[in-house]
Amino acid sequence: MSDAKKFMYINRKAPYGTIYAWESLEVVLIGAAFEQDVSLAFVDDGVYQLMKNQDTTEVGIKNFSPTYSALGDYDINKIYVEKESLEARGLTLDDLQHLVWEDEDDDWAEKDSIRVVTSAELAEIFEQQDVVLSF
Amino acid sequence: MSTLHTVNKSSYERDSLEACVRLAAKGGSVLLIEDGVYSAMSGGDKASVIENAKADLNFYVLGPDMKARGISEDRLIDGVKVVDYKGFVELTVENDKVSAWL
Repeated sequence: MSDAKKFMYINRKAPYGTIYAWESLEVVLIGAAFEQDVSLAFVDDGVYQLMKNQDTTEVGIKNFSPTYSALGDYDINKIYVEKESLEARGLTLDDLQHLVWEDEDDDWAEKDSIRVVTSAELAEIFEQQDVVLSF
Repeated sequence: MSTLHTVNKSSYERDSLEACVRLAAKGGSVLLIEDGVYSAMSGGDKASVIENAKADLNFYVLGPDMKARGISEDRLIDGVKVVDYKGFVELTVENDKVSAWL
C-alpha cells in the first residue's frame, strides 16, 4: 500500500444526458481494484448523479445510480459534494442517496460516505491529490 | 403559426433555455427533455428563467426523463405541465413546427 497514490475523480456532468457519469463510475471501480486511495468529488451538474429515486424504466437506459451505494464495499468512502453546487440547484443532502461504508477499524460501524464541503475546502482537498481525473 | 421549442440541456450547464425563452414568440410552447428537465425544478438559481417567462410561454416537461433523473412532480415550478411520449407527439402535431435548442 506504500505506493498507493491519491486519486481524485471530479464529476461535473448530469447523468444520462451524456456518457461522462457512467464512464467515470467505470474508471473509479477499476482504480479501486488497484487498491489506490480513491476520492470522488461531485460539483456543478455532477451533483445530480447522486439524486435519490432515479427510475429509468420509461427511457430505456440502464439505471446506474444503485452502483454508487456499492462504492463503500470497494473502500471508496470519501465522496465530496460541493455545498455551493447543491444550493444553486435548490438541493439539499436529503435529495441525495444515503451512501455508507463499514469501518473495519471501528467494529464495522456504518458511517456516512458523503461529505458536503465548501468550494474552499474542496480546493484544499484537490491540492492534496497525486492524480486528478475529470469527467 | 405556433412553434414547439424543445430544450435538452440543463440551464446550469448551458444557456440553451435562456436563448430559447429570449427568442421564442409569445404563445409558443417549450418542452424540456433529457437534461433540460432539471430546469423545471423549483428552488434553484435558474428557476427564475421559467418563472419570468411562464406568462408568455407554455412550459412542459417530459415525464420519463424526469423520473429517470429522480425528480418528482412536487418539485416542479408551478404551471409546468408533465407530458408522456404520447403528449410529446401531440404537441408536435398541434404546433406548426418544432425548433430544437441544443
